[in-house]
Amino acid sequence: MSEMRFSGSGGQGVITCAIILAQAAVEEGKNAIQSQAYGPAARGGSSKAEVIISDEAIYHPHVEAPDFMLAMTQEAADKYWQDLKADGTLLLDERLVPNPPAFAHTIRIPITHIAMSKIGKALFANIVALGAAVRITGAVGYETVAACVAHRVPPATVESNMKALKAGYDAADELMR
Amino acid sequence: MRKATLMQGNEAVALGAIEAGVRFFGGYPITPSTEIAEKMAELLPKVGGKFVQMEDEIASMGAVLGASLAGSKALTATSGPGFSLKQELIGYAAEAEIPAVIVDVQRVGPSTGQPTSPSQGDVMQARWGTHGDHPMIVISPWTVRECFDMAVEAVNLAERFRQPVILLMDEIVGHLRERVELPEAEDIHIYPRRKPKKTREEGYQPYAVGDDLVPDVADFGAGYRIHVTGLIHDETGFPSGSPAVTKKVIHRLHQKIMIARDEVIKTEALLLEDAQYAVVAFGGTARTAYQAVLNARKKGVKVGMLRLRTIWPFAQEAVAALAEKVRGIVVPELNYGQLAGEVQRAAGGACPVRLLAKYNAEIFTPGEIEEAVMAMAGGNE
Repeated sequence: MSEMRFSGSGGQGVITCAIILAQAAVEEGKNAIQSQAYGPAARGGSSKAEVIISDEAIYHPHVEAPDFMLAMTQEAADKYWQDLKADGTLLLDERLVPNPPAFAHTIRIPITHIAMSKIGKALFANIVALGAAVRITGAVGYETVAACVAHRVPPATVESNMKALKAGYDAADELMR
Repeated sequence: MRKATLMQGNEAVALGAIEAGVRFFGGYPITPSTEIAEKMAELLPKVGGKFVQMEDEIASMGAVLGASLAGSKALTATSGPGFSLKQELIGYAAEAEIPAVIVDVQRVGPSTGQPTSPSQGDVMQARWGTHGDHPMIVISPWTVRECFDMAVEAVNLAERFRQPVILLMDEIVGHLRERVELPEAEDIHIYPRRKPKKTREEGYQPYAVGDDLVPDVADFGAGYRIHVTGLIHDETGFPSGSPAVTKKVIHRLHQKIMIARDEVIKTEALLLEDAQYAVVAFGGTARTAYQAVLNARKKGVKVGMLRLRTIWPFAQEAVAALAEKVRGIVVPELNYGQLAGEVQRAAGGACPVRLLAKYNAEIFTPGEIEEAVMAMAGGNE
C-alpha cells in the first residue's frame, strides 16, 4: 500500500495532481482512491489532496501517515510534515518553502520556477510536481501518467503539459541518482 | 461490467440518475453537491433531458415537482442549507404523492456552517425536516459504486411509492474518487413511471389505490383531468375536510411504505456471525468504522458492523436482533448525536449503546472508533 499527500494553497493544482496520479493507478489495474480537503475560498487558503494505492480494498479514505508528501507552500510543509512515515519522502517546492522542515528524506526542487522558466507559466507547476512525484514514488509508470495528463488537460496545452511532466521527472531523477 | 475508472461519488450519482431514467434536473449549485449539477448539465442534453439552473433552492424543488407531475423522472441535489429551504415542497410531494429524488450531500451546519467540511448532521432533518405526519425514505451510500446504485434505487423507490426519496450523502463519499466498475445497462433494474389502469369512462380516480396502497396518478398531458393539492384530498384529488378522509389518507401514506418495508429497509451485516460487539454506522463514516473493526479483529476482539443502507424507515428489526446478540454497540456519527438515539430505542435496553459523536468538521480516524470498541469490550470483560 502506498499513501500520498499533496498539499499547497488553493489554485496551485495539487488536487488535480492527485487525481491524475490516482487515475494512472486505476489504469494500471490497481485499486486507488483520492480524497481532498480544502477551504471555502477558490484561490488561496489551504488545499490538500490524498491518494491511496493498494492491491486490497481501501476503506478509511484519508491518509494518516504518508509515504510521500508534496508541499507547495511553507504553511503546508510546516502543518503536515510530521505526519510522514519515518522512511517516507518529503518533496518541497524549493523557492516556496524557504525553510524546509528538519526531515531526513527531503527532496527540494524549484517546482514553480521550473514551470515558469521552462514551460512559460506557473500554471504548470502541478504537472512538474506530478512528474517529480512519479519518479520519487515509482507508484505508477511514467507512460501511464503521461497518457492520463494528455487525456485530462485542454488539447491546446498537451504539449506544454508533457514538457512540464518530463521536466519534473528529470529534476527528481537528477537528485536521486 | 464496464471498464474500471476513477470516479467521484457525486459524478456516480449523476450517472446513476441518468441510467434510472431521470430526464429533468432543477437545481441551484451548493458545495459539496455541485458536481452532481455539473454532471447533469453535461449529460441531460445528450439524452433529450432538461437541465435548469433555477433562481434558488425553493424554486428548484418546485421545478422538480412540476417536471415529475408532467411525466419526467426528476432529481435535484443540494446540501444542508438548501435542504432546509426545500422542506416545505418535500412535504407537498409527500402529501400530493409526487415522485422526486432529493440528493443531500451533507456539510457542517447549522446554517452556512462549514461549507466544504464533512458532517452527518442531517439525519433528523431528512426524516423530520418537513412538518406533519409523513413517511420518509432515506438511503445512504458508502462507496462510489453504491452512489451509482443508490441513485438508481432512489429513483426506483420514488416511482414505486410515488414518494419523495432522500439520497443522504456526505462530503466524504460525495467528493471521494475511487476505482469503480459500473454495471452494464441491461443488468440495471428500472421501475417505470406508474400509469392509470382505468380510463375516465371506466371511472378512473387519480388517488384511488389497489393492494399496494400507491395511487396511479396520471401524468399531466396524458389525457386525464388531474387536480393536485397539498390539502388533504380524497380519491378524486380534490380537497376534503372530512375527519374520516384525513385519518385514512395519513394512515395510507404510512402504510404504503410499511407494508413493503422488507423491500425498502436494507442493512449490510459485516463480520457479525461470531461478533460479541458491534458498530452501527452509515455513509462515509462506515468506511472508517469498518477499518476500525478490521483493526480490532486483529487484536482478538470479536467485533462486527451493521451498516445501515436505509436510514429511514429505521432498521428497527435488524438493530433489535443485533442488540439481543451482542454485548454492546458503538454508534459513530459525524454530528452531536442523532442516529444513536434511534439505535438505543431499537435496542430497548438489550445491550449498552454508546454514542461516539464527532462534530469538529473532521472525519473519524480508525483509531478513534477502535478505541471506543476496545473501551466497551474492556469494560465488559
